Amino acid sequence: MNSVALLSAAKDGILTGAVYALMATGLTLIFGVMDIINLAQGILVILGAYLSYALQVHWGIDLFVGLLITIPLMFIVGVVIERAFIGRLKGPEKTAMSILVTYAVSLLIEGALNMVFSVNDVQLHGWYVAKSFAIGQVHFGYIYVAGFILAAVLLSSLYIMLYRTRFGVSVRASLADQTSAALVGIDVRRVSTITFGIGVAITAAGGMVYGATNSFNASSSYDLISRLLTIIVLGGMGSLGGAMLAGVGMVFIGDMVGVLWSPVWSSMSYFVVLVIVLLVRPQGLFGKLSARVA
Amino acid sequence: MLSKKNLWWVLAAAVFALFPLVVTNPLYTTIGVFTVIYMACATSWNMFSGYSGYIALGSAVFYGSGAYTMALLSIHLHMAAGSSQFWLVPVGGLVAMAFAAPIGWIALRVRRHTFVVITIAVFFIFQLAAINFGFTGGTSGLNLPFITWGFQNYNTPFYYVGLILVVFATLLSMAVRRSRFGLQLLAIRDDEDRALGLGVKVSAVKITGFTMSAFTVGMAGALYALFVGQIYPQFVFDPMFDVSIALMTFLGGLGTLTGPLLGALILEASQQYLTVTFSNGSLYLILFGALFLIVIIFMPQGIVVYLRDRVTKRVERERAAVAANDIASPDVALGGAR
Repeated sequence: MNSVALLSAAKDGILTGAVYALMATGLTLIFGVMDIINLAQGILVILGAYLSYALQVHWGIDLFVGLLITIPLMFIVGVVIERAFIGRLKGPEKTAMSILVTYAVSLLIEGALNMVFSVNDVQLHGWYVAKSFAIGQVHFGYIYVAGFILAAVLLSSLYIMLYRTRFGVSVRASLADQTSAALVGIDVRRVSTITFGIGVAITAAGGMVYGATNSFNASSSYDLISRLLTIIVLGGMGSLGGAMLAGVGMVFIGDMVGVLWSPVWSSMSYFVVLVIVLLVRPQGLFGKLSARVA
Repeated sequence: MLSKKNLWWVLAAAVFALFPLVVTNPLYTTIGVFTVIYMACATSWNMFSGYSGYIALGSAVFYGSGAYTMALLSIHLHMAAGSSQFWLVPVGGLVAMAFAAPIGWIALRVRRHTFVVITIAVFFIFQLAAINFGFTGGTSGLNLPFITWGFQNYNTPFYYVGLILVVFATLLSMAVRRSRFGLQLLAIRDDEDRALGLGVKVSAVKITGFTMSAFTVGMAGALYALFVGQIYPQFVFDPMFDVSIALMTFLGGLGTLTGPLLGALILEASQQYLTVTFSNGSLYLILFGALFLIVIIFMPQGIVVYLRDRVTKRVERERAAVAANDIASPDVALGGAR
């Protein structure tokens, strides 16, 4: 029995963790390139979920087809937020200010979502949402597998974009050192805007899967953002690989604690793991120590 | 100039001291109690985060531990409901400090940006612990012994104790600012590596500052618990609290003495008033978020620094005008009118 539970926890860790990794990747990418901590990432995931919900309820568009609309839409939302607010921040307190600005943005979006969609919990529906298949005694929900594939596809395209294109080179250059990147002729400002847009655009996919696997309302964003922040700190801020590993690891550990001990402690286990890891490695699993001082 | 400045302090203190004597409507005195609680918290938060530049977003940990200390001790010591419970307020502060020291030791091992996130994570550990442990009463919270003094003047003692906390936090913040210890905190804010090189024991200074700032926040939490009479984990360990006191300080002026006082006064009073007036929470969120954005984009230094800069510029311009023996330009006259 316990080995089945263990296998299930491992399966959940990988399937759900990949989706969290996808959402956290957006956050860590934005931090790495721009020194911006985007506290609005949580509510943007929820906004993405609500967009899928609206498309489905009003026009009957399938969740996965709807992504063709919601991903570009969220990209535009990201670009607008960056141009309107975040790009204006300057000076030594920029990162601290970014936390406050993005928090303000998330309050605005939360208020707007509450007005439009009310505070009642909703969940996304599709014929595949409640269905599952079994391998041995381990059950695989269709939506979880599909979510995993979607996350894998998007993460690999992100990887290809970052490591195989000219734009990716400029993003990685800005990630390493903004000043030097600007000196060799990279338009860091433009790279920042597009990176922010991409970081937000992938929340549309993350939000769709989240919304299909959880019932949610606008205030679910607090739980989400705290998990995402924990993931990127654990992985090492600015590290893409770290975010992926930490995303999978945290869901796995949470499920294990839930199975072996008690479900009420599973969400707390993330934070405890984080604290323990930081005692040993203050920079996170893959972070560079004092890569960015001040 | 200095005496004029002191006059303003005395005037402000008098207004605050007389407030519950003049305004007796419980609706407004309740707003007053919440406002002084937040003024104390923001000042205390600023004493560490404002001076050192380490933005902590988990102060609700201390607020909550103060509140739970008050509730648990009142219940388990079978205290008679009434003014004797106020003696538990400093105990709440001490318990908060006892939590702050190890948290600071862990969280301050990393630099700024990661520190912010760790304080958030520690905050969620405490919130979840308060929800899940048995002795905290879980989500149904805890009820304190019911205080029976009259409804009409119910708020007054809480207001004055809160005001004492404000005065205490302000004096402490002022003393720290003028001390060697305060200079070390400022040195850490400006350039931590250089401060380290110059012989500042940065870790010890940071942890001490962090722990000290928890004291008043813990006391404020204890006072809050006594004031509202029942506490729930989601209200005393509230993420909005973490961000609110940071926002208040940024609004007023990070690292200044009057900034957090002014910011808390403006925000908490208007927030309480808006909540009472507009029952629509969503509209309130939008208004609050918009105000927040406007302040940060247009007055990133905060009101106090913004006004101080304007006054300095005006004085300079007036001097220039006098030197040029010229008539004051219209906007100088406008500046003089405010």
